[in-house]
Amino acid sequence: MKTFLRAAAAIASKDLRSEMRTKEAFNASFAFAMVILVLFSFAFDPDSEELQTISGGLLWLVFSFAGALILNRSFARELQNDCLDALMSAPVPVAAVFFGKVLANYFLLMIVEIAALAAFSILYNTHFSAQFWPVVLVMLLGTWGMTVIGTMFSALTVNLRMREMMLPTLVYPLLIPALMAAMTLTSDLMNGTPLGADNLIWLRVLTGFDFIYTILAMVFIDIVLVG
Amino acid sequence: MTDTRDRIMLLLTAICAALLTFSLYKIFLVLPDEANQGAIYRIVYVHVPAIFTGFTGFFVALGASAAYLITGKLKYDAFAAAVTEVALAFATIVLATGMIWGRIIWGIWWAWDARLTTMLVCWLIYAGYLMLRRAIEEPTQRARLSAVVSIFGCVDILIVWKSIEWWRTQHPAPVLSVRDGGGMGPGMEAPIYWNWLAFMCLAVILVMVRTRQERMAGEIDSLRRMAHSY
Repeated sequence: MKTFLRAAAAIASKDLRSEMRTKEAFNASFAFAMVILVLFSFAFDPDSEELQTISGGLLWLVFSFAGALILNRSFARELQNDCLDALMSAPVPVAAVFFGKVLANYFLLMIVEIAALAAFSILYNTHFSAQFWPVVLVMLLGTWGMTVIGTMFSALTVNLRMREMMLPTLVYPLLIPALMAAMTLTSDLMNGTPLGADNLIWLRVLTGFDFIYTILAMVFIDIVLVG
Repeated sequence: MTDTRDRIMLLLTAICAALLTFSLYKIFLVLPDEANQGAIYRIVYVHVPAIFTGFTGFFVALGASAAYLITGKLKYDAFAAAVTEVALAFATIVLATGMIWGRIIWGIWWAWDARLTTMLVCWLIYAGYLMLRRAIEEPTQRARLSAVVSIFGCVDILIVWKSIEWWRTQHPAPVLSVRDGGGMGPGMEAPIYWNWLAFMCLAVILVMVRTRQERMAGEIDSLRRMAHSY
């Protein structure tokens, strides 16, 4: 267990360090999030009352599209110079490599999301401060599910010829239950409805989703990457 | 070997035809119209058996995928692919009949509630599974990766199944007595199960045809590889 965590931490710090030096994933992801935010203003009236009710959904659309840019390339970037083969032949469990990548992606994604959330609330004049901590909780849970599925399928499609096409067609349908839950919860919270009997089921779905898919991913990553 | 297989298929086709004729007769000529919905309620005799058949198929595909991952035998992979394709056809029937019913009763083709949405998502996941299979040429890689996708996709079936208990949806509540529905008149529930049996026969026949095609495709593929290697 200790070696597992140490290996995962090594991979995570390697990924984060290389990201710190180039900042390419973060820049691309955040810039893309801003573009989506601008596009939203044409899709509906940005000053209207209904914005509050749909803001949770919009926010998660931004997160999932911008996040895909980070997640998609988390294994593909290792293809250069055969880094992936080297990682696979390292004397650590494949699940540890995967877990390390998930941690690094999670951290990066959270930073992008916080930046996007700030931009969103400034540009669209939404306020979530009344329910700040519940929103953070939903963000933490939803992002974890997104990261696990995204990283898993980044590994699954890494050797495919049609990688760029297959990845979104596989990832988004699987993510929908988690996104549905996160969108509903965030919208509720932004409207001032606290977590309670009415929406607790969504929180349960989100937690269950994270739990089940984290276990499935850790079990099957070996089969996906090594065979 | 092939002869017995053909004979089983013929026998099943005969049983399936007899069962379908019997339930069509029951549904259209014996059962009365329903008090609230009129004639359209009869679509339930296609809708419910089709989803039972489809979900049975997805679970069988899950078992076959797991069997491939454990044994490494490609025949399980071919079987999983065949079953998923047939199950997806039945899932399409479910969505189509549901929409027709919705158009008559609700006045709209589609409502974005939890049951309908999760079912559509389920359809998309398995469509993605079939697309993934087309995108990979190497047989063992295809088998390995699609088996994992099949296992991941199965989780969504549980959400579809539970969705009408978890959320207030527009989709009718369970009507069958096995799920404490008990909302159907005497003699109205049995045709659902008879039709399920008929659909299962049909599904087995289709899977047998598809598995044979998959096996032949595999043989042709290996012959082609052999020819190239000379």
